[in-house]
Amino acid sequence: MDTHVPVDRREFLKGTTGVLTGILAAGSPLALIAPSRVWAADLRALTSAEGATLMAVTRTIAPHDGLEDAAYAIVVQSTDADAVKDESLRKLLKEGVATLGPAFATAPESGRVAALRKIEQTPFFQTMRVKTLGTLYGTEMAYRYFGYEGEAFSKGGYLFRGFNDLRWLPEVPLADSGPMPVSAP
Amino acid sequence: MAKFDLNDDGVVVIIGSGAGGGTLAHELTRRGIKVVLLEAGKRESLASFSQYPPEAFAQLTWLDPRTHSGTWTVREDYPTLPSWTAKTVGGTTVHWTGATPRIQTWEMKTRTTYGDMKGASLLDWPIEYDELKRYWELAERRMVVTRRHGNPGLPASNHFKVFYNGAKKIGYKRVHTNYMAINTRPADGRAFCIQQGFCVQGCKTGAKWSTLYTEIPRAEATGNLDLRTQSMATRIEHGADGRVNAVVYRDSNGREQRQKARIVCVACNSVETARLLLLSESGKFPKGLANSHDQVGRNYCFHVGGFVWGIFDKPIHAWRGTTLAGIVEDETRHDPKRGFAGGYHLELAALDLPSLPLAGLPYNWGRDFASIMENYRNMAGIFINGEDIPRATNRITLDRDVKDSCGLPVAHIHVDEHENNGAMRAHAQQQSKALFEAVGAKRVVHTRQTPATHNMCTARMSKDPRDGVTNAHGQTHDIANLFISDGSVMTTPSSANPTLTIVALALRQAGYIERQMSARNI
Repeated sequence: MDTHVPVDRREFLKGTTGVLTGILAAGSPLALIAPSRVWAADLRALTSAEGATLMAVTRTIAPHDGLEDAAYAIVVQSTDADAVKDESLRKLLKEGVATLGPAFATAPESGRVAALRKIEQTPFFQTMRVKTLGTLYGTEMAYRYFGYEGEAFSKGGYLFRGFNDLRWLPEVPLADSGPMPVSAP
Repeated sequence: MAKFDLNDDGVVVIIGSGAGGGTLAHELTRRGIKVVLLEAGKRESLASFSQYPPEAFAQLTWLDPRTHSGTWTVREDYPTLPSWTAKTVGGTTVHWTGATPRIQTWEMKTRTTYGDMKGASLLDWPIEYDELKRYWELAERRMVVTRRHGNPGLPASNHFKVFYNGAKKIGYKRVHTNYMAINTRPADGRAFCIQQGFCVQGCKTGAKWSTLYTEIPRAEATGNLDLRTQSMATRIEHGADGRVNAVVYRDSNGREQRQKARIVCVACNSVETARLLLLSESGKFPKGLANSHDQVGRNYCFHVGGFVWGIFDKPIHAWRGTTLAGIVEDETRHDPKRGFAGGYHLELAALDLPSLPLAGLPYNWGRDFASIMENYRNMAGIFINGEDIPRATNRITLDRDVKDSCGLPVAHIHVDEHENNGAMRAHAQQQSKALFEAVGAKRVVHTRQTPATHNMCTARMSKDPRDGVTNAHGQTHDIANLFISDGSVMTTPSSANPTLTIVALALRQAGYIERQMSARNI
């Protein structure tokens, strides 16, 4: 995930405060496109332990069992990048993580949900909720996981790529719809 | 493109380049009238529109802060975005979905039709329906609206097939791919729709009408338009005679400039239009411009709205295809037996994956939320668009505690919805649920009210100056050479998406301004 960071890596690492690592599942479609099955996300505001807690927070907010940890790590890395630029956010995150305690990251889901319900109205939780929902579903991994095909302009739109391929319902009469603008290529 | 002097006091200054301002700029310049068009946003193009939804949102949206209060649920569900408007050349016509239904006859006479509703500030329009109809027709021809004037409708997408079959099964009769200002075939020098599903991010083929690539370049070609982008109007000034004579703005370098003007037309989208009038307070006009009857910013209306999502056990791929190409018109009627006044449209609506969680499923998290998202392939969506009931206390004011980057008070939106809204929304949600279940939805979920993309009525047209801000031509009651040229002038919001009417009113206003200038009245 750091392959796009346009800085000298040794220089960059001087500023790191933590790291998240993982391995893509062997059957993951992502494993086919990623340069390596091993991934690492450097943190520059949070420690590794804090990052792990936030990973668990994001997964509890948006629990998709089949979605790779690497996708959630992007949320944490993006949150961490915000925190580098914003001291009050850094404080908010560190205090929030401290409130959840060291056992949170490895607690069973029911325990994590109960802990988050208690702090649902806090700025820490709301920040993480908005950050998770706003980041996770925009990742390439989420596009693949949910089957979302994204932009189609570069491929000529969906006009001949399945915009009307649904066959489990009757077709619509022409009077209530309209003709195809051009015939299939 | 023309360049006019800051001291040229013969120009018309239009503030805002969207459906109202962009259209008016074209109409005036083609009549030989010199126009300075101030636009707070940047100029994008078909090539520069981002195809990454979160980036496109940031590229096109008005992100300056606004605050809000009141009992409406938007305060809880969308705390930082009470209203979703644009800040870019072309304004909301860049991010709009292209839906162009007309207002219904009785919707222009709500005070007469609905009667004396408690807690409402209903008012009949000062324009006759048939008069406005002429301009809707002109606007539809200009914008090349489907299903009007011999233009074919858009073809049916997967998503529409679900909507259509469900609607027919529960007895709806008037269901089709909507009236859309989106080309079904090449027209107006623009391409046809290739069903990208990226209407809201800016249409990269230009199939969807937008002033960005129709009215504005045509206005530039006349040699009478001076378009100044990233130029944020902060104040309208007036002379001792009480007539407006200049607009102060921040230019693209952040420097304050002052453009003299013969006439000023405000088209900043209702929230900001009201704010600019209020910000222009002076010794002579201590409550702001055109506000002698304390009407500026009042009667703020949006549409009774919200998403309803049907979850099926078979794929739909709702993102493939024109975002809003589907409408049920059967509920667009005044039938108090349903338990509320006025009517609503049900419109087909899809959201891209990154936007769905926060925009379409607010305040959700955890297993239940995730289980809805897991069905993204199998989801169909409806957007409710119903008539909001105006209230004098639903209004735009200045929030003097929160300042924008120019140091000016931001707009504050206060809304306590009329109880009619709640009854209408519940009915529309129930009907949408029945529609989806009729074709096999295994679960149906809905949002509460969504942030307004349709902002209206904050400087409404009225026959009596005590009831509104402008006359039937958008000319302010107080100041003869100050016009309002956007959805702010709509007397009541109707159940129709407002862009068509904003364009129609701009076409009508341009002729009036020309006649008034020729007669030397302004």
